[in-house]
Amino acid sequence: MELTLWTYEGPPHVGAMRIAASMEGVHYVLHAPQGDTYADLLFTMIERRDKRPPVTYTTFQARDLGGDTAELVKRTIAQAVERFQPEALLVGESCTAELIQDQPGALAAGMDLGGIPMVSLELPAYSKKENWGAAETFYQLVRGLLKEQVPPPGSPKILPTRWRQEGRRPRVNLLGPSLLGFRCRDDVREITRLLGEHGVDVSVVAPLGARPADLLRIPSADANICLYPEVAAPVCSWLERSFGQATVKTVPIGVAATTAFLAELTTLLGLEPAEGTQTESERRSRLPWYSRSVDSTYLTGKRVFIFGDATHAIAAARIASQELGFAVVGLGTYSRELAREVRAAAKELGLEALITDDYLAVEKAMAEAAPELVLGTQMERHSAKRLGIPCAVISTPLHVQDVPARYSPQMGWEGANVIFDAWVHPLMMGLEEHLIGMFRHDFEFVDGHRSHLGDGAPSVSPVADAMQDGVASAAAPFGVAVATPPAAGASPHEPVWTTDGETELHKIPFFVRGKVRRNTESFARERGIGEITAETLYDAKAHFSR
Amino acid sequence: MVVMPSSVTPSSVTPSSDTPAGDAATRAGGGDAPPEVRKESGQREVFCGLTSIVWLHRRMPDAFFLVVGSRTCAHLIQSAAGVMIFAEPRFGTAILGERDLAGLADANEELDRLVRDLLERRPEIRTLFLVGSCPSEVIKLDLARAAERLTQQMAGRVRVLNYTGSGIETTFTQGEDQALMALLPHLPASDEEQLLIVGTLADAVEDRFTTLFERMGLPRVRSLPPRRSTDLPPIGKGTRLLLAQPFLSATARALAHRGGQLITSPYPFGVEGSRLWMEAAAASFNLDPAAVAGVLDPLVERGRRAIEPHRQVLRGKRLFLMPDSQMEIPLARFLARECGMELVEVGVPYLDRQLMAAEQALLPAGTPLSEGQDVERQLDRVRAERPDLVVCGLGLANPLEAEGLATKWSIELVFSPIHGCDQAGELAELFARPLRRRELISFA
Repeated sequence: MELTLWTYEGPPHVGAMRIAASMEGVHYVLHAPQGDTYADLLFTMIERRDKRPPVTYTTFQARDLGGDTAELVKRTIAQAVERFQPEALLVGESCTAELIQDQPGALAAGMDLGGIPMVSLELPAYSKKENWGAAETFYQLVRGLLKEQVPPPGSPKILPTRWRQEGRRPRVNLLGPSLLGFRCRDDVREITRLLGEHGVDVSVVAPLGARPADLLRIPSADANICLYPEVAAPVCSWLERSFGQATVKTVPIGVAATTAFLAELTTLLGLEPAEGTQTESERRSRLPWYSRSVDSTYLTGKRVFIFGDATHAIAAARIASQELGFAVVGLGTYSRELAREVRAAAKELGLEALITDDYLAVEKAMAEAAPELVLGTQMERHSAKRLGIPCAVISTPLHVQDVPARYSPQMGWEGANVIFDAWVHPLMMGLEEHLIGMFRHDFEFVDGHRSHLGDGAPSVSPVADAMQDGVASAAAPFGVAVATPPAAGASPHEPVWTTDGETELHKIPFFVRGKVRRNTESFARERGIGEITAETLYDAKAHFSR
Repeated sequence: MVVMPSSVTPSSVTPSSDTPAGDAATRAGGGDAPPEVRKESGQREVFCGLTSIVWLHRRMPDAFFLVVGSRTCAHLIQSAAGVMIFAEPRFGTAILGERDLAGLADANEELDRLVRDLLERRPEIRTLFLVGSCPSEVIKLDLARAAERLTQQMAGRVRVLNYTGSGIETTFTQGEDQALMALLPHLPASDEEQLLIVGTLADAVEDRFTTLFERMGLPRVRSLPPRRSTDLPPIGKGTRLLLAQPFLSATARALAHRGGQLITSPYPFGVEGSRLWMEAAAASFNLDPAAVAGVLDPLVERGRRAIEPHRQVLRGKRLFLMPDSQMEIPLARFLARECGMELVEVGVPYLDRQLMAAEQALLPAGTPLSEGQDVERQLDRVRAERPDLVVCGLGLANPLEAEGLATKWSIELVFSPIHGCDQAGELAELFARPLRRRELISFA
């Protein structure tokens, strides 16, 4: 039993719904009690979908449990098949139905469904979560539809270069994009365009927009591109094992990753390296020049805290550290299935990865890392807001605002442009705050100026700043050793700030003030200094800047 | 996966009369030709009772609601509540894992541990509600005993109560009915004369009603649920019960059992409903009708004026209400009688004839009512009728808009202050807004 206040992922059957709703011609019959239909609104509200997800619920009630719920399942399946006439049927159960053991999949298998392919889903609701459910559903569906086509063991592999012999352009499948994923719609368009420019056609995009019949064409492509490992890794690995169909594993988020993706693809398919491959990233994306241009010098060493699904967190860490010159001060994921990859990425940056689905643990780590920018999910956006730190959303779970009207991919060259803007713009505001701090003693400055970061933004008046610190530590019960007002119940060994020390401290920009305060206090404590004056602060500054 | 007995005893929480499956339009018994009620069963696009935690926890800031359930329960409340507004909300879910399902003894120990940790972290909490869910009901986790045990352990510091918000036993707003039932045994007994308003109201609306009743000469007005979970109102022979919400069937009956007298009245939506509601309360205390009219007449007059611009938009428009919160019949009555709308179908999750009697009497003759839901068939009727406005849940709204039908999100009706004469204009505006917006927007 674990206490959860807010969750990063829904239950696994919601993952199955994401696959069904992403596709055309698939229907999902879900054995579930009344109330579980709430999941429809994830699609109709967050994604602004103009149709209901293709899910029929049995919505059983207590009084049904005394009777024959198996009969209810069969009746629901029959009605759904008759009404929606799907090309493939998924049958499964939610957490409660799992307990009453009606085995809807077995019931469906015993029914005459008029020859519609039926896939029975067993998604353990008490141990697995949404992304696992999506990946498992996608895998079971592809496997179920393709099992007739699997060649006998020992058959030759699909040669990624066979397009040459067949006298056609090479073609690949894009696997993994789904509804309620992060910017999948635009990523598919961007990657399709990128591949087209390199003479590669896209054969099947799945699950997003695919019909069951499209899945049957998967083996006719020369390779698979695993765009979102959270959803597509098990499918890609099964296709590799069963058909010998190769997988491109680099996820093209960021300039270097897009370049690496093209290199992996080119090598795998045996394509001639195109003219000027070296400079393609410079020609096609503005990120490299924008990052080098002098205005970006202020980005140098910005402290960034990153948390999200594994794919987006790893990509963000690489872009932040290598392409924007930030200092990554925290990296983590809620994707336990891909924890190993995130741990490796963190290690490269000299960090220990935070693997958790407890948002309070993430908020605590965030506060302790004292970042100047947070790249996270909607959960971190709220935490960052409370802590007064600018934030850009890079990963699911998402909110309606993360499904923008404009074209805004994360992948490919345009994706890199979008990322530059999305991450740097909150910092522009940070810079502006800095300037306000600098000019606040000028007589033109209007007291009570509010930043557009909203109420959570750090205030510029010293008094309010102290209050802010106090509030932050009171609201955060995780013992961040900041800014308890010096006199109030300080232990005999706690250093006390003198007025002149406090005044000096408040000349420091707000976004590093908390860290400077902590460093100075620990400096003083280690040396047994009882009073922190302006001189102590400068001594500490010199000490820590070595 | 392993588990548990294959059935639970059907509970009688849902006051709906059990009916065979199907789509039979039956004529209900009763004297003067009640309207036909279509009864349906099938897929229900309605939240479960857990959802009412979203407003209950706001009403009682010293209470915590701990759902004992699955990840689905946590995800449901999170999705229904919208984004995570609070750092640490006063509701959460104790998510059952496979180990809890394997052995109930461990599950109890785990629950105790988790509650102790939680209460240590939140020392301001005075009442903890353990809220049963579908999984906890099915595995027969005894939350009543857990509540007793934990109350003893907390030694008077925190009262631990329990109720069920499970979808197999409760729909959406019935969650509040069950939560109030959990408070009931702790209400002190007193026969003093008082008016007890039953059902969560926005604090400002409650204050307003209290002031108005005072002006009429009724000084002792109390509320259930109270603003502080420990400040429970007394109940006894002198108590007159005035329901502010139409979904409190079990609570109303239980309070009557403890001596309270139930005032029969329409519910306080719109000018007419609010007036009748307050008049009925005043009459039950034999207040001077002239004094009552003196208070109410200006409110009614002002309320009608506030409704008028919206009535211009709504008049003659055809309305379809999908079942959701149990407020459908009172709202339909308001929209038909005060805003001039034409009722195509009024759906309710279940029909409590006693609590709805005064409302049904005011509905236009022949208003088509439906009880229960088979959402696909109901949507077929929506498409066939092409009403001007459909009141429905968030899962249906955008898809219907995409089919060219104007919609009003029903969930706003349980989260907004809509009770009373003073709110009648705002209430009408909620329904007029989607129609106004359609007039406003153009891309040509």
